[in-house]
Amino acid sequence: MSDIAREAGVNVVMPRMPAMVRPGWLRRGNATFLVAGLLGVLLIAAALLAPVLAPFDPGAQKLLARLRPPIGFSRAVAPYWLGTDALGRDLLSRCLYGLRLSLALALFGTVLGLAIGVTLGLVAGLARGMTDALLMGFADVKLATPFTLVALLVIAIAGSGIGVLITVLGLAYWAQFARLVRGQVLSLRELPYVEAARSIGASPWRVAVRHMLPNLVGPVVVMATLSFSNLILLESALSFIGIGVQPPTATLGSMVGQGRDYLASAPWVVAVPALLIVLVSLSAMLLGDELRDRMDAALRER
Amino acid sequence: MSAFLFRRLLRMAVTLWVIVTAVFMATRFTGNPIDYIMPEGLDADGRRAMIAYWGLDRSGFDQYLLFWRSLFEGEFGLGLVERRPVTAIFAERIGRSLGLLSLTLLATIAIGVPLGVLTAVWRRRQLGTWVLFAAFIGYAVPNFVLAILMLLLFSFTLHWLPSAGATTWLHYVMPTMALSAYFIAALVRYTRNAMLDVLGQDYMRTAHAKGLGPLTVLIRHGLRNALIPVVTVLGLQIATLVSGAVVIETVFAWNGMGDLLVGATLLRDYPVLQFGVLIVACAVIVVNALVDLAYAAIDPRVRLA
Repeated sequence: MSDIAREAGVNVVMPRMPAMVRPGWLRRGNATFLVAGLLGVLLIAAALLAPVLAPFDPGAQKLLARLRPPIGFSRAVAPYWLGTDALGRDLLSRCLYGLRLSLALALFGTVLGLAIGVTLGLVAGLARGMTDALLMGFADVKLATPFTLVALLVIAIAGSGIGVLITVLGLAYWAQFARLVRGQVLSLRELPYVEAARSIGASPWRVAVRHMLPNLVGPVVVMATLSFSNLILLESALSFIGIGVQPPTATLGSMVGQGRDYLASAPWVVAVPALLIVLVSLSAMLLGDELRDRMDAALRER
Repeated sequence: MSAFLFRRLLRMAVTLWVIVTAVFMATRFTGNPIDYIMPEGLDADGRRAMIAYWGLDRSGFDQYLLFWRSLFEGEFGLGLVERRPVTAIFAERIGRSLGLLSLTLLATIAIGVPLGVLTAVWRRRQLGTWVLFAAFIGYAVPNFVLAILMLLLFSFTLHWLPSAGATTWLHYVMPTMALSAYFIAALVRYTRNAMLDVLGQDYMRTAHAKGLGPLTVLIRHGLRNALIPVVTVLGLQIATLVSGAVVIETVFAWNGMGDLLVGATLLRDYPVLQFGVLIVACAVIVVNALVDLAYAAIDPRVRLA
């Protein structure tokens, strides 16, 4: 089973019919893909437009309007569509900005993990021998260690700033990228056109950049999508237990974490960001799965 | 088998060495460790005595050797918050953590494998699709969100289940459900795929043809072969399970090792954190190796690969 499949589980799409009897537009996944895609676009647009859409400053407190429920419940106040938290901050505005930060952190983490992993994977696959054994040994250690422990240790030592958090997120999936790229490089280097490039005297660097990297784009993009959706969850989990983004800045995870004290009296403070996390996660997972199934034919067969 | 045993144990030893060294480097070479392990309000003499006691005035390599010696002597220092040996702090919490982990593992296998087999058998039925859909939801919803939503429903609305602590068996219901949902979902999908591969095999037709009952064919010939890849995947998920338990223990104020480690991080209680990370990471690696060995003992193909 490929690393990607192992990482993300196995596809939930129906058992595959032969491609011949199933025209592309009739595919069963299409409807899910469309719904998940629309939801994804909507969420990304909401995150990008947060400064425009948010009716309030996410940190602005109004103590007279504390713990108001969303519109439609008793005691709700007009401009606070999704209610307010314990400090009278507008939940809708906080959710929009929290979503924005969550997505940005996951994006930076993915880029960092991709950069580390692809570089190490390329080096391991091209150099082979001891270097390969060493790097893949490290990747194995990384994969065998519960990552939350690593995150706790790093954050305890380096403090919990945004930069540290991005580093932690970047460290979370480098090993998966590295193993994927190494495997691809090892199989690519045996292909005739790579051999041809080598035999006319192309330098290893040129072979790596001009002949191998373009062929790695597909699988790496798929892996990046999966890493992105997983990093959203990792970031929200870390912020939820209090070691991620620090107040007063909020992400969806930290909103759920801090709202826990009001579960009995003001459940919406937790429920609103929690349901938003569910939406984000569902759409990201569905898109990641679909993308893998569509682009990942070569990987799936391994 | 002995060659495989040797290789696997060697890999385990190297991994353990890397982890111990990484923890040592992380705690020694990022700032002055004496600031981490020293109780507050110690005078200059006390500080010097502590530095000498922990060997922090010696060279890096000597400190590294000392670190190893302290590991073998079980000398891990005092927790900064509770002011007692960290070993004692962990000793009274490890039971609750292991209880949650083993119950989760049990629930995962007891629910995930049968559902996976059923969805494979029901692959043309509506019901199978619904089970798969539920599995996808369980897979995509993060464990802490699930835990919070369950708390809202079962504790604060219906008042059926206690919201925090680990005293009665009722306390175990929600944490186990929240933690195992993801793994059940994953196991359903793996088992289903493995079963679908097996169901198309010639030996299944042979088993049917020689007149065995459908259940016997499914379990004895089908499941036994399908479980082989499933066990590997389950072994790989142990690290994820422990990561998830840290979060779930925090949600339910479990008083286990997970929420202890989170608390230690927030309070910068380095002796507790260092010891906890070491023993939990090492335990996971040893368990991983044991799963691999057990697996190789069952399936000879693994040894030759």
